[in-house]
Amino acid sequence: MKKLHTILFSVSLLMGSAAHAQFRVEIAGVSSTQIPVAVAAFADEGVAPDQVSAIIRADLERSGVFKVIDAGQVISDSASIDAGAWKARGADALVVGSVARQPDGRFAVRYKLLDTVKGGQLSALGGEVQPRYTRLQAHRIADDVYEKLTGVRGIFSTRIAYVKENRAGRNYALAVADADGENEIIAVQGREPIISPSWSPDGGKVAYVSFEDRKPVIYMQDLVSGKRRVIANEKGSNSAPSWSPDGSKLAIALSKSGSYQVYIVNADGSGLRRLSNSNGIDTEPQFSADGQTIYFTSDRSGGPQIYKMSVNGGNATRVTFNGSYNISPRVAPDGKTLAWISQRDGGFSLYAMDLASGQELRLADGATEPSFSPNGKYIMYANKGGGRTALAVVSVDGRVKQRLTTKAGNIREPSWGPFMK
Amino acid sequence: MRNTKSLAFIIASAALLAACKTPVPETAAPVVEKSPEPVAAAQDPRDIRPVETATVDPLNDPKGVLANRSVYFDFDSYVVREDGKPVVANHAGYLTKNQGRKVLIQGNTDDRGGTEYNLALGQKRAEAVRRSMASLGVAENQMEAVSLGEEKPKATGSGEAAWAENRRADIVYQ
Repeated sequence: MKKLHTILFSVSLLMGSAAHAQFRVEIAGVSSTQIPVAVAAFADEGVAPDQVSAIIRADLERSGVFKVIDAGQVISDSASIDAGAWKARGADALVVGSVARQPDGRFAVRYKLLDTVKGGQLSALGGEVQPRYTRLQAHRIADDVYEKLTGVRGIFSTRIAYVKENRAGRNYALAVADADGENEIIAVQGREPIISPSWSPDGGKVAYVSFEDRKPVIYMQDLVSGKRRVIANEKGSNSAPSWSPDGSKLAIALSKSGSYQVYIVNADGSGLRRLSNSNGIDTEPQFSADGQTIYFTSDRSGGPQIYKMSVNGGNATRVTFNGSYNISPRVAPDGKTLAWISQRDGGFSLYAMDLASGQELRLADGATEPSFSPNGKYIMYANKGGGRTALAVVSVDGRVKQRLTTKAGNIREPSWGPFMK
Repeated sequence: MRNTKSLAFIIASAALLAACKTPVPETAAPVVEKSPEPVAAAQDPRDIRPVETATVDPLNDPKGVLANRSVYFDFDSYVVREDGKPVVANHAGYLTKNQGRKVLIQGNTDDRGGTEYNLALGQKRAEAVRRSMASLGVAENQMEAVSLGEEKPKATGSGEAAWAENRRADIVYQ
């Protein structure tokens, strides 16, 4: 860590430090219907650096969708199971498995998901992983359980990026962690602020804004190599990068014309072209799921409101009408829901709107900087409270809430990464 | 040299006096390494080395009007206030006389609201100062208006006093 302080802004994954228990996760609320699922301890799981069944249990519990029953015993994937006995204990499904050390040092992690109501096997996975990926393998199993029981792809093996800041110590870092906040790695560190991280759709790169040059400049960093390049450093301010769904372009906001306007630029920094044309502020562009529409924030009508326009420019259509301060549009991966921040009754709240009906739902208070999970079921946001900023997660129905807090400093500006292999 | 000697004597005497006052056991005098005195080159007594009196750059005068480089704004306002106009005029005057000098105008906001929208609002404050200076004759290539948004607050904490301090644009010479 100490070494990182002296090497400003040249930090790669290799030099970063991984640590456990970066976050404390507080869970509040559960889904309206919870699926009861029993999770057994995996046979021989003590040989691996991480306890696989405990990670699976924590993932499923955090989702709010499951009522996790601790099986209270070790059950291997090869054991014969009395489904009826588990049904009698209230479980609709049972997770069993085993861990074995391979001669090459890797761990074979096997798992089975059993239907205790109808009997039979719902799913099974086997995989051999490096010791450092035992945790990831446990998240993948939790993803599989989630998908088989809910029909929706799980997000436990995805990662998040966020900014850690200690303003008094002038220490700013862009961190990447597992979706549960574990396994944190510092991707960028320096003495000037970093904001607005945005994951590339392939999960390999993050675009962000750094103030290291005394003004906001947009960078793109390859996470594996640590190499980075300037995407936009025009006269004035450069900010708010967001990726096109195919990863070929970025929508950005530049002040070079005298006020913030929306531009599109190729992912290699070439081909800059202006998209919006107003006298006021146009910023925070976001691509729609199909890549054809740009949602953005504009004060053209007075206070900030959310508008949309074609990816080719042209006229803008207003999207938000309630309240005088609506900012930070984010489109759900299925393109059906818009999440944004609205100031109502003084405070800043996270709202979601069904784009077809215009129906609004207030999801959380004290919220800014929302970011959808790649399966569209959760939204992570920055939560100001008690003088500190922490990260929080809410389900899109508003029922399940989690708060991820750290011991010191602020964590803010979350960006939820994509599904990865 | 004489001054150094007498200073050394004073220090030694003071140390001695101090030692007399405090009943601590005597310790050996510290060894001080002395570097040899440089031998001055022989000078021609008729040589004259010309000296120019320094012209103080008014920018570096801590008591001058240019020492004030902050322009404050009202809540939700992006117009240079009456109390900010002399600040803008003073720097515009300096920049028009010193066309080689360049400034970064950094706009700031308080920390309420969204990160990116606050960055855009800080930009509006910086642009207001830039336009005022341009109207007073400062060339565009001498100025760059940028925003720090809510990221670099001068006053930490919340409450009107801190917020007011952060509704500000700073003129930074490059």
